Amino acid sequence: MTSADLPLSAPVAPSSHGHPDRWKWYDYFTFNVDHKVIGIQYLVSAFIFYLVGGFMAVLMRTELATPDSDFINPNLYNAFLTNHGTIMIFLWIIPAAIGGFGNYLIPLMIGARDMAFPKLNALAFWLIPPAGALLVASFFFGGAQAGWTSYPPLSEITANTAQTLWILVILLLGTSSILGSVNFLVTIWKMRVPSLGWGQLPLFCWAMVATAALALFSTPVLAAGMILLLFDINFGTSFYKPEGGGDVVVYQHLFWFYSHPAVYLMILPIFGIMSEIIPVHARKPIFGYKAIAYSSMTICLVGLFVWVHHMFTSGTAPWMRIFFTISTLIVAVPTGIKIFSWVATLWGGKIRFTTAMLFAVGLLSMFVFGGLSGVTLGASAFDMHVHDTYYVVGHFHYVLFGGSVFGVYAAVYHWFPKITGRLLNERLGQVHFVLTFIGTILTFTPMHQLGMQGMPRRVAMYDPQFTGLNQLVTLGAYILAVSVIPFYINIIWSWIKGPVAGPNPWNALTLEWTTASPPIIENWEVLPVVTRPPYDYGQAPAEPAANQESLLSNPH
Amino acid sequence: MQTTLDSHTPSVAHPDGHQDLRVVGLLTFLASEFLMFCGFFAVFLVFRSAVAQWPPEDTEVELLLPAINTVILVASSWVINLGTRAIKKNDLAGLRLWFGVTVAMGAVFLVGQVYEYMNLGYGLTTNLFSNCFYLMTGFHGLHVFIGLLLILGVLWRSRRPNHYSDLTHTGPEMAEVYWHFVDVVWIVLFALVYLLTLI
Repeated sequence: MTSADLPLSAPVAPSSHGHPDRWKWYDYFTFNVDHKVIGIQYLVSAFIFYLVGGFMAVLMRTELATPDSDFINPNLYNAFLTNHGTIMIFLWIIPAAIGGFGNYLIPLMIGARDMAFPKLNALAFWLIPPAGALLVASFFFGGAQAGWTSYPPLSEITANTAQTLWILVILLLGTSSILGSVNFLVTIWKMRVPSLGWGQLPLFCWAMVATAALALFSTPVLAAGMILLLFDINFGTSFYKPEGGGDVVVYQHLFWFYSHPAVYLMILPIFGIMSEIIPVHARKPIFGYKAIAYSSMTICLVGLFVWVHHMFTSGTAPWMRIFFTISTLIVAVPTGIKIFSWVATLWGGKIRFTTAMLFAVGLLSMFVFGGLSGVTLGASAFDMHVHDTYYVVGHFHYVLFGGSVFGVYAAVYHWFPKITGRLLNERLGQVHFVLTFIGTILTFTPMHQLGMQGMPRRVAMYDPQFTGLNQLVTLGAYILAVSVIPFYINIIWSWIKGPVAGPNPWNALTLEWTTASPPIIENWEVLPVVTRPPYDYGQAPAEPAANQESLLSNPH
Repeated sequence: MQTTLDSHTPSVAHPDGHQDLRVVGLLTFLASEFLMFCGFFAVFLVFRSAVAQWPPEDTEVELLLPAINTVILVASSWVINLGTRAIKKNDLAGLRLWFGVTVAMGAVFLVGQVYEYMNLGYGLTTNLFSNCFYLMTGFHGLHVFIGLLLILGVLWRSRRPNHYSDLTHTGPEMAEVYWHFVDVVWIVLFALVYLLTLI
């Protein structure tokens, strides 16, 4: 049933496997089972949702340019606040980094012709459009307004219909995520080409193993919490209603048991992307292959036991605060291992400052800053002071925008030639990078100071003393909004008119570069044979592709 | 090192010839599904630990009927195993017989569950205990129902000539795995919701 058999919807042309030689444009709008089609479907959907979520952010920042509520209705502000978070997490970073690059790259990196369960894979993607439609529909009922965390009692007493639709969105996207994760795990575990051992597995695949395992363990717990919330709102139960004997803190536990690991879901694939891009463009073998691989698994494991650091002010017992402070700070160790390994890889390398590399290095600096503010927040005593202030907003945007979004950009610049067969314009890429870098610093750095001064998050109005810094933040947000323009122009223009890339424009050694760009439908005519480690750069012999025969037989 | 190019088990459904990984995939999925139940179990235990009397007065659970139901469901896990053993010996009639018996046992379980609901004298919204009780047993019942549909699907497909044989029996195997999962969840649930009230 769910196997590498034929796509029913695809037109059958005379070919060895019963599918056409190349997909037509309309195949990308169908229930197609090719992992590359599904990867592109994820990426394009995610980049559309990115614009929607970004538009909401711009509207919110415009509101916050002045202390008074004078631009949009405060309830609408709350709806934007809630859905900006929801979209950016569940419909942008997770589908782009995990669904998009995970699906596109994993089979190509491990020498497989497709994922283990292609139909399940397509099903996982096709849960996303209905979820997006439901989210849009929720705005006709006022939009969910309780924040992306949707804590009861607020989520149980505001905009019930919209909140219910929001819960259904989360359940659909969670199901999609679980089905995708089953596929990633089984594919990497069982579908590697015989010559590819665990010790030669590209680090992106290692990161995806950790990501998928984490999603499998944590997402169902969120689903449980959401189902209870759904029953409370619609069927008169009182799981989270203190007046009926329920407990609001129980929701927080269920929610954060998923949603803290969710930040690792959003950054682990990016760590994998970093470990691919840096050695290629630094022309050096990756420093500490095993350390990076195992630190992903460590983050996955430790990441399951830190969730209460979001709840230090929820009446949490002191012994729990101590335990979760310690476990939270421990996460900094495997993360630091990665950071130092990347720096050591860059050290003495013949660095090519391609746009992909610019974003990778930019990510490195941003993430160190965001990571350090994360360490401060993990310390219970300090967290008490800044909890629910802009300090927290500044911190998680540094890691999610400066980390995850930079990583997705870097990945696009790096793998766009493989996906489309065409190179992106480097000059536009540099403009994009500079605008993004400046915009990020301007937007998210002042937030830390605002938080330290006590400005609460999630409110449409604020005390006039915060006006100056808020206008700086709004200016930064506008720069970020402008920064996506050269990017989208670059993508669309280069996809049509960009110079032809060839199979391996970066002289990279992982297996995806041994086939044509874009790869043929089942990836290779003859499966490649792995003869050397994945990051053997700068070593003699220079740069032979792992399987030149298959390159020659698949001219672009 | 796994060999992915040569399939060890011959399978007509795989022209590309990688191993049939569907059972592995199902097990991975069920590991995840089990954690959703764990979420409910944890919530139940938290609520239980917070009050002096759990379940509260007038919402006591029935014990005899659920105990009988438990015996039926656990026994059906052996019965369904007889079915997959039969097809591994190419005994199609055996597969259909034992899967049919499993369906009957599962249906008896569900009917017993509904009968229990109707005679308890309290409903979903009565109090926090009944919230948990109906949600957890109902959610499990939904999984039993899905399991029944899977088994009926296998029975339906077994009517096609040569669809299942000693070489191709992934469908029955997956139905069996899922049925065992439903059984394991019930055992934990029965211990928590019913047996703990005896202590």
